[in-house]
Amino acid sequence: MTQVIVNGLLLGSTYMLMALGITLIFAIMNVMNFAHGQMYVFGGFVTYYVFGQWHVPYPIALAASAVVVAAIGFLFERFLFRPVMRRSNREETTMLLAVGTALLLDSVALVVFGEKQRGVPDVVSGVWQFAGAYIPWRRVLVFFIAIALATGFLAFIQYTRPGRALRAIAQDRETAAAHGVDVSRYSALGFALGAMLAGLAGGLLVTTEAVNAGAGSFASIKAFTMIMIGGAGVVSGAIAGAFLLAFAEAIGYYLMPGSLPYLTILVGLIVFLLFRPQGLMGKRWG
Amino acid sequence: MAKHKFGFIASTLMVAGGVIALGISASAADPVIRIGVNGVMSGPAASWGLVNKYCAETTADMINAKGGWLIAGKKYKIEVVGLDDKNDPKISVANAEKLTGMGIKYIIGPNVDTTAGAIVPVVEKAKAMNFPYAFNKDLYLPPRGNSVLGMIASYQAGPVIYKYLKDKKGVKSIAFLARNEADPLNQRKEGLEAATALGLKIMSSEATYEAGTTDFNPVLSSLVPQAPDLIVLSGVAPADAPLLIKTARELGYKGLFSTETAQDAKVLQEVAGSAADGFISVGGASNAQIRSKYMEDFIAAYSKKVGEWNDEAGTKVYALEMILRVMQQNPKAVNDVSEFKKTMATFNIKNPFLKETKPLKFVGSAYFKQPRQIGVPMVVNEFKMGTFSTLFVGSVE
Repeated sequence: MTQVIVNGLLLGSTYMLMALGITLIFAIMNVMNFAHGQMYVFGGFVTYYVFGQWHVPYPIALAASAVVVAAIGFLFERFLFRPVMRRSNREETTMLLAVGTALLLDSVALVVFGEKQRGVPDVVSGVWQFAGAYIPWRRVLVFFIAIALATGFLAFIQYTRPGRALRAIAQDRETAAAHGVDVSRYSALGFALGAMLAGLAGGLLVTTEAVNAGAGSFASIKAFTMIMIGGAGVVSGAIAGAFLLAFAEAIGYYLMPGSLPYLTILVGLIVFLLFRPQGLMGKRWG
Repeated sequence: MAKHKFGFIASTLMVAGGVIALGISASAADPVIRIGVNGVMSGPAASWGLVNKYCAETTADMINAKGGWLIAGKKYKIEVVGLDDKNDPKISVANAEKLTGMGIKYIIGPNVDTTAGAIVPVVEKAKAMNFPYAFNKDLYLPPRGNSVLGMIASYQAGPVIYKYLKDKKGVKSIAFLARNEADPLNQRKEGLEAATALGLKIMSSEATYEAGTTDFNPVLSSLVPQAPDLIVLSGVAPADAPLLIKTARELGYKGLFSTETAQDAKVLQEVAGSAADGFISVGGASNAQIRSKYMEDFIAAYSKKVGEWNDEAGTKVYALEMILRVMQQNPKAVNDVSEFKKTMATFNIKNPFLKETKPLKFVGSAYFKQPRQIGVPMVVNEFKMGTFSTLFVGSVE
């Protein structure tokens, strides 16, 4: 059972970064970023090249993933989402745009990075045996970096001026603007930050799970599942959703045979949403 | 003005006529054989269809660079039309309709049972043939006759590999792990039957994982403690195999791994490293130990075109080569698949991809009651220190 708890914790920490990024963009922009998984893939490939191929130290490679994917997010917001949202306030317009950006990044990734799975050498090697559980050190490292990054992100949101501005926009865009918040500027920052979290998740997970050009859609689906559980647009909900999904997977695969774990998770999610469509910590819509 | 206008029209018609005449003479001088590739070229399984496409394009490039493919004294240029079916049967059907609508008679692909099964009516109606990489026997059994299996099926390789491991490595117990999709589940079922027939103790036959899984700790945490001598990764994609192996090793698994699908050495080395040493898979003609000079030229051309070699191509290099060589033996097959089928029964050449003299022909009668399989040699590989080495070369016959 220790192994199950360890699996849930380690998995949850990495899911958390994905969920935080997507929920931040939703909160700020009211956009479901369907390209979030693809941004995660780009982050993975940046670390693959910088650390795995060019042998630059891992922290620099991780920073490069963050910067490159944040830049992609910034450019998307500045040149795609902002003009479209200025011209149309229909939600399906931005939804379609988000799907389009996902397909674009999918195709670009395939052309640029090729069809193969890519992996990097272990940043740290060895396995720690603890109370009957096998815990690879590289996963322990990823766990602590993910926790540190998430803590840093929460501190930024909670205690800095830009963080407060982002929270104000998330709560009420018009009121924030009326109080002097530069909504355009902070929306770009929010989108870039959300994308950066996806890039960091990619840069971290390429060390444990490798990456391939087609992994984006599945990553997006998992990220959506987490924020559906926790409540879209709520930071605490994203964290809760990430760990709940991770533990559901860890326990499900341990206790149930075959395809039952995911079937049970999805059926459970449907039933849960019937009673609480806004998720655990989300506000009731409408 | 009218005179000028007439002159303009006349000169335009003359130029247009000249262009058309040139086009006809050019096409008469360089007749073209168009080959379709219909397979998954995006998403996590992209490598399956893309490698098909790259192989066909590389072969076509090599042939075209030499002036074309000689059939009955005439040199044909080879043109490859590749379409991505995204592993979706609906798209695969639309692709097949498009390709046959273009007059294409020979289609390489699709890659899985669902897409391969979906396009059968289209291919049959258009009097075309296709070369799927899907193992479902119904595709190749009479009354079906227009599909030809492009590689070794799991139910052909599995029993041979398990027997080898039982006899040579003392394997007594076995566990199966499959992705939760139709093809891998079918392959697991067939592997299970083969293992039972060999008297191996089945430790687990229910474990599956969802497509897109990247953290395999949860699924392997319940499988590894059962400590089977061999874990079979049924129908495993090249992207998943190294992660599964590395995770199982980190969870303390000491036994062997095998699969009946083709893998890529570079991917295994990059993602799993030495954890994948001893992993047994089915390969094609790419191993340095067995490949011919022609295969080496192909590898060089493929690597130049795509950027790097992929060992999966060792099995997929065969399809276009076989199609064109049958046409060479029977020129009527260029436009008539019934002629192609007639020649299949007697077609037998030296395998151009292997150093050793081995026959290359259409096989599979024992499984499909008719020769509806390309006779790709059953090359069983072991991964060690970053490369594959050949354990043995068998045949489905």
